[in-house]
Amino acid sequence: MTATVPSSLPGRGNRDGAELFRRWFAELDEVAARGGPAAYVFVMGSLNEVLKTFDLPVVFPEINSLQTAVRRVAHEYLAVAEDHGYSPDICGYVKADVATQLRGGQHPMGRIPKPALSVLTNACNTYVKWAEIWERMHHTPMVTIDVPGTRQGGDRTARGDGDFEADRRYVETQVLELIALCEKLTGKRFDIDRFREVLTHANTMSRCWARLLELNRARPAVMNALTDGTIYLGVANGFRGSAEGARYFEDLVEEMEYKVAQGIGTSTEERYRLIFVGVPCYPIFRRFNELFTDWGGVFVNSTYLWFASGGANRGFQYDLANPIASLAEGLLVSVRDAMDSMFHQDLVVAEMYRDCQADGVIYHPIKSCRTVSTGLADGRRHLTERHGIPSLFIESDMMDRRVVSEAQMKNRIDAFFEGLGSRRRHGGAGVTN
Amino acid sequence: MTMRAVFPEWRDKSLDEALLECRELVESPDYLPVARWREQGGKVGGHFQVYFPEEIIHAAGMLPVKLRGAPHEPSRAESHFGSYLCSILKTSLELALSGKVELDLFVSHPICDAARNLAAIWGRNFTYPCQILYLPQNPNSSGSIPWLRHEYDRVRRTVEAVAGRPVGDDDLRRSVAVFNTNRRLLREVYQIKRDTPWLLAAEDAYALTALAGMLPREEHNDLLATLLPRIRARQTRPEDRSRVVFEGGFCEQPPFDLIRMLGRSVYLVDDDLLIGLRWIRDDVALDGDPLHNLAFAYCEQSSYSPVQHDLRKPKEAMILDRVRAARADAVILAAAKMCEPGLEEQVTYVRALEEAGVAHFVTEFEENMTSFEQLTLQLETFTENLLFT
Repeated sequence: MTATVPSSLPGRGNRDGAELFRRWFAELDEVAARGGPAAYVFVMGSLNEVLKTFDLPVVFPEINSLQTAVRRVAHEYLAVAEDHGYSPDICGYVKADVATQLRGGQHPMGRIPKPALSVLTNACNTYVKWAEIWERMHHTPMVTIDVPGTRQGGDRTARGDGDFEADRRYVETQVLELIALCEKLTGKRFDIDRFREVLTHANTMSRCWARLLELNRARPAVMNALTDGTIYLGVANGFRGSAEGARYFEDLVEEMEYKVAQGIGTSTEERYRLIFVGVPCYPIFRRFNELFTDWGGVFVNSTYLWFASGGANRGFQYDLANPIASLAEGLLVSVRDAMDSMFHQDLVVAEMYRDCQADGVIYHPIKSCRTVSTGLADGRRHLTERHGIPSLFIESDMMDRRVVSEAQMKNRIDAFFEGLGSRRRHGGAGVTN
Repeated sequence: MTMRAVFPEWRDKSLDEALLECRELVESPDYLPVARWREQGGKVGGHFQVYFPEEIIHAAGMLPVKLRGAPHEPSRAESHFGSYLCSILKTSLELALSGKVELDLFVSHPICDAARNLAAIWGRNFTYPCQILYLPQNPNSSGSIPWLRHEYDRVRRTVEAVAGRPVGDDDLRRSVAVFNTNRRLLREVYQIKRDTPWLLAAEDAYALTALAGMLPREEHNDLLATLLPRIRARQTRPEDRSRVVFEGGFCEQPPFDLIRMLGRSVYLVDDDLLIGLRWIRDDVALDGDPLHNLAFAYCEQSSYSPVQHDLRKPKEAMILDRVRAARADAVILAAAKMCEPGLEEQVTYVRALEEAGVAHFVTEFEENMTSFEQLTLQLETFTENLLFT
C-alpha cells in the first residue's frame, strides 16, 4: 500500500521520547549538582501524582539500572555491588543502583541526585528491600504503600464490594499520610488545585496508554511492544502527571492512529504476531529483538507493557471531584492489575492472544526478577494444556550478561519459528519449545 | 467431632526416646500427622512460610499446617518452575502434587517475590481455595491494624466456607487461648536454649518447635508441657562451647543434619528458625474483638524477619538485640540459596555485626544438601578461633 506520509509523523514517538528522556536526565543532573531534593519511586505505583504536586523531581532507579544494561556497562556496576557484599543471585537492578549510589550518583546518562525520600508499593518485595538500602545509606525516609492485590486467581473485587472498600480505605489512609510527610519535607502545603491538574494529565496518559494497546491489535502492528514499547514506558513512568507527558501521549496516539489508517506497520514484513511475557533481555536488547524480527516476528503486546506501566493499561480515570479517594481507588485498581499480569499471567496472556490474533507466546523469565518469573513455567504449562497455544520458554537476565547465552537463545528461537512455520503450513497442533 | 491423637508415639517413653520420636517425625518428608488427621475426617488448611494467624483455621476445627518444604526431590514440581529459585517453593508444591499432604485450603502471603507467586501456581493445579493473605508491609500506617482486622475477617469467611461451619468470636477466643499457651511453651524452649543450652540439644529444640507446625496445638501443648520439666530436670553438665546465634532460617529450613552438626560444635542459644511460629512474642489479648487482637499482635507484639518491613524494627538493631539477649559470642549468618531477602539482609547484618565487633560466619544452605564436610571444617575453624581469641 502506498500512502502519502507526513515525514514527521511515523517515528515521532520514538524521537520525542528519546528527547524527553535526555531532558529528564539533564534535569536530574542539575538537581544533583545543586543538591536539591528528589523522590525515588518505582514503576508499579510511583505516586507521581502526589510527588509532582509538590514539584519533587522523580528518580526511577529501575529505569536507571536498565539504562546501564542497554548501554552495555551493567557488568561494571554489578561488580561494584558484588564487591560490596551483594550476592550474584539477587536482583541486578538493585545492584546497579547500589553501585550508582556508591559512585556518588554517577550514571551513563548523568548524575543521579540522592533521595530526599523514597516511595514504593508492595507490588514487588524487592522494592522494600531496595528502599531499606537507601534508608540506611542516606538516612532518608521511605514510605511503603500497601496495595492489596487479588487474593485468588480470577476473583477480583470491585467498587461497592465490602472487601474492595476496605482495601481502598487503607490505601487512602496511606496516601494521606504520604501527603502529610511531603508537606513536612518540602515545607509546602498540599495544593488541591495543582493536584487536580496533575491528575488531569495522568488521566490523559492512562487513556492514551490503553488506546495505544488497543491500536496495536491492527494488522500490521503499528508498534513493537518490546522495543518501541520500552521507550513509551519510560515516558509513561517518568512524565506521569505532567503536561509534557500528556502531550507526548496524545501525539503518540495520533501517530499510531495515522499508521493504522495508512496500514503502516512497525515491521516491513509481519509474518508472526507474538506476545512477550516477562522482562526484556537488556544486555543484548537490540540483538534479542532481531532474533525474532529476522523471522518476521513482531511483538504485538506484552505483559511488560501492563505491569511496568503500573497497570495504566486499565486506563483508569481519576474523578476530579473526589481526587484523593479516587487516587486511592486508581492506585488499587491499577497496581492490582499490574500484579495480576505477573502472578495470573495465564489469564492475561490468553486474553492478549485472542485479542491480538497472535501466533505465539514468548516467555522470558529472568534471574533478576522472581516477581515476574517464578510463575511463568507453570502458567505456560496451563496455557498449553488448556488452549494449545504455541510458546517458547527462554531464560536469561535483564542485567547480567553472564547468564545470557545468545547462541543458545538463537537455536531455540530458530527452532520455534521453524515449528510455527510448519504449523502454519500444515494447520497442525501447538508448538512448544 | 473428637479426634484421636495424631502423634502418640512419644507417650510413655523416656525423655531421650520421646525426643527421638520427635526428631524422626520432623526429619521425615511425609508430614504423617496430617494424613492421620485426614483419616479421621478432619480438614486441613495449609499455609506457607513465614507467619499465618493459625487461630482462624483452628477455630473452625481444622488442622493448620505450616508448609516448610521437605527433604525430598521435587520430581513432580520441578517442571512447574524455572531456574534461579529457592528449593522450598518446589519441595512444598511437591508435598501437594505427590499427595503426601492433602489440603482443603492453601494460603500464602507475599513474603518475597518468588513466594508471592505460589498461591497462583497452587491455584492452577488444585481445585480447593488457594489464596494470598496480604500482611502489612506498612505497619506504621494508622490504617494497617483496622485493615488487617478486615483481612483476617475475609480469611475467616473463607475458612467458614471450607469448614462448612461458622467461626464465631468465642471459637476464636478459645483458639487464641490455646495458642497463647503454645506461645508460652515455645518461649520456654527458647529460654532453656539461652539459659541452659547444655540441657537441650539444638536439634531437639528445633524438633520440638517444628512440631507445632503440623500437630493440633492442644497435642503440641501436651507434648511440651510434659517434656519441658523433664528437660529442665536433666543433670547434664555444661561444656566449654561458644554461644552462637543462627540467623537465616525464617523461611527455607536448613537440613536437620546441619542443625545437628551445629549443635555438636557450639551452643545454639537463639535463632530465627521457623520464626513464624514464634512471631507473636506475648499473649494475644482474650477480651474484646479477637480478630482485632490478632491484627494488633501481628503489628505491635511481633518479632522481626527480613520479609517484614517496619520502621520501628530496623533489622540491624534487631539482630544485635537478639545477640545481646542471648549473651552470644558469635553469629552464623546463613541464607538459603537463591533466597533474595535473606541474601540482601546478610549485607546489612554483616555491617552491623562488624561495627558492633561481634564475630560472625557467613554461609549459604539448601534444605536438600547432604554434604557438610566443607561447612563443618569452616565452622570448626571459626569456633576454634572464637575459643582462642
